[in-house]
Amino acid sequence: MSADKNSLVKVRNLKKYFPITQGTILQRHVGDIKAVDDVSFDIYQGETLGLVGETGCGKTTLGRTILRLYKPTDGKIFFHEIDLMELKGADLRQARRRMQMVFQDPYASLNPRLTVSSIVSAPLVIHRIGDRRERSERVAELLHMVGIHPNSLNRYPHEFSGGQRQRIGIARALALNPELIICDEPISSLDVSIQAQVVNLLEELQERLGITYLFIAHDLSMVRHISDRMGVMYLGKIVELADRNEMYLNPLHPYTQALMSAVPVPDPDASKTRQRIILEGDIPSPANPPKGCNFNTRCPVAVERCFQDDPSFIEINPGHWVACHLVT
Amino acid sequence: MENLLEIKNLTTRFHTEDGVVQAVNGISYSLKEGETLGVVGESGCGKSVHALSILRLIPSPPGRIEKGEVWFGGRDLLTLDEADMRLLRGGDIAMVFQDPMTSLNPVFTVGEQITEALILHKGVDKIGAQDRAAELLDLVGIPDARNRLDDYPHQFSGGMCQRAMLAMALSCDPRLLIADEPTTALDVTIQAQIVQLVMRLQDRLEMAVMWITHDLGLVAEFAQTINVMYAGYIVERGEVRNIYKKPRHPYTIGLFGSLPRLDEAPHTKLTSIPGQPPDLSDLPKGCPFVDRCGYRIDQCAEQMPPLEPTDYGNHLVACWQWEEVAGRKTL
Repeated sequence: MSADKNSLVKVRNLKKYFPITQGTILQRHVGDIKAVDDVSFDIYQGETLGLVGETGCGKTTLGRTILRLYKPTDGKIFFHEIDLMELKGADLRQARRRMQMVFQDPYASLNPRLTVSSIVSAPLVIHRIGDRRERSERVAELLHMVGIHPNSLNRYPHEFSGGQRQRIGIARALALNPELIICDEPISSLDVSIQAQVVNLLEELQERLGITYLFIAHDLSMVRHISDRMGVMYLGKIVELADRNEMYLNPLHPYTQALMSAVPVPDPDASKTRQRIILEGDIPSPANPPKGCNFNTRCPVAVERCFQDDPSFIEINPGHWVACHLVT
Repeated sequence: MENLLEIKNLTTRFHTEDGVVQAVNGISYSLKEGETLGVVGESGCGKSVHALSILRLIPSPPGRIEKGEVWFGGRDLLTLDEADMRLLRGGDIAMVFQDPMTSLNPVFTVGEQITEALILHKGVDKIGAQDRAAELLDLVGIPDARNRLDDYPHQFSGGMCQRAMLAMALSCDPRLLIADEPTTALDVTIQAQIVQLVMRLQDRLEMAVMWITHDLGLVAEFAQTINVMYAGYIVERGEVRNIYKKPRHPYTIGLFGSLPRLDEAPHTKLTSIPGQPPDLSDLPKGCPFVDRCGYRIDQCAEQMPPLEPTDYGNHLVACWQWEEVAGRKTL
């Protein structure tokens, strides 16, 4: 775990529901998709917090809600003790300068009609930083930092490969010297050999610039590689949060255990001796989560209580949080 | 055991406006009855195109199978006429595609789509096909199979769609199942379900499986033989243990280095492969990996190395420098 444990971001009881409406004119509110449902955690300064979970578990929504790209339904987000929920207009824009995002799909997240230099300088222009000359110096510096050749300034995104585009996206995120970068599946659309390049780049930048990352992905082994701490999400809730090694060696939540055992290991000997937990069924719809613990439909060890009460998220060992009735 | 499939010098190219894309460049290998072969490589390495070439499903134009032979059951598939080929597709050789949501037709029920193959290939009547389809859905683990036959694909989840695709592929008792990244679009817990299912079915139905994937970890668990592909070539081929424990090609070694290891210390650097794969319409004259390779010698840029036996068993590698690589390798 990181040496100083100053919280950069504090998330408290955060909820984000998307309403389901019926009818075209009256738009009756008939239910909610509970994308993020009562989540609390801290992101410490200078660390990488990894967030894993399967499709539709709400990890992307959580990332975006922290940046206030979505308005939360309920709950609080503190960034340096500033309550982001209270901010409006110019203040919010100021706060957003300090947190940036790297997106999943490097093909969709760069405007195909803009040159690399206008893409990377866009944050500077929006926040009115520097004059033309200063901006172009900054862009050259940023591109150098992420390993893109400076003669690419006037080229367009389609001239680059996926990995290079992701580097351009990272350069753009770095433009304003942010303290927090939310990486939303930054490598999942890249090939294995290119993934390693991008992950190494992110780690180098962290070392040099002291950035804090929230690293969202579904690839457990890569998240474990890059993170200091890891959180596991299931159906809108964080079910377990711990130090990376603790999480790997001593997973407590049955879902984490199943997830760990489902990750393929590139070693024919290890995979023969490994014990696998294969979960039955699919993830339930977040519009209609089951009563009690939301994992009870697939849990191999569920008891009666799991179908009645929702387990609370408690610190079972120092720094190891889990939401399960059976863990005491 | 006997060879079920034998591929000789298969070459597939796409003639596009921007030049000739050399997707598959003269690959040769064989697959035994009941064997599980893993075909591993990154996007654009020709792994899917080679599988589609076996079934002659390459869109033409622009694609064309330029050279080679594909022997299956005593016949060269590349010389068969279209009618015979149709009997074979979905009959003796079945294929499961990557994206289960788009491989099923949204306007027909799942039942209609499964029975179609049965009626075509096995000549069963509609009622018999319905019974068999329900049996198959049950076999691939879809609960309440009989009633789910009337569902449309959108009523199925991703994992269930892939199970339905498998049911369809298995409906005519194929001798070879080609699975082209069947779990890539699925979550890990669902992926584990599908892998377990295919392995169980393989034991039961005694078919050979060709599993195409970019995930080195996935095939380690169940394949017997691995083909590693790069830029349309097989660069390394061998038994699964040898590939994982004693890789001989610099590319294979680089791929393993790119994967995070479970026993590493925090924040260890991954040994990534520098650069990126070459443009298939502009391949270098010699080895396609030459620009990214740390072991290159002058000969590499001049001449493509053949896929040759190495120091142990039936392990093949296409690298001029494999002895050097084997000696220096300290991973």
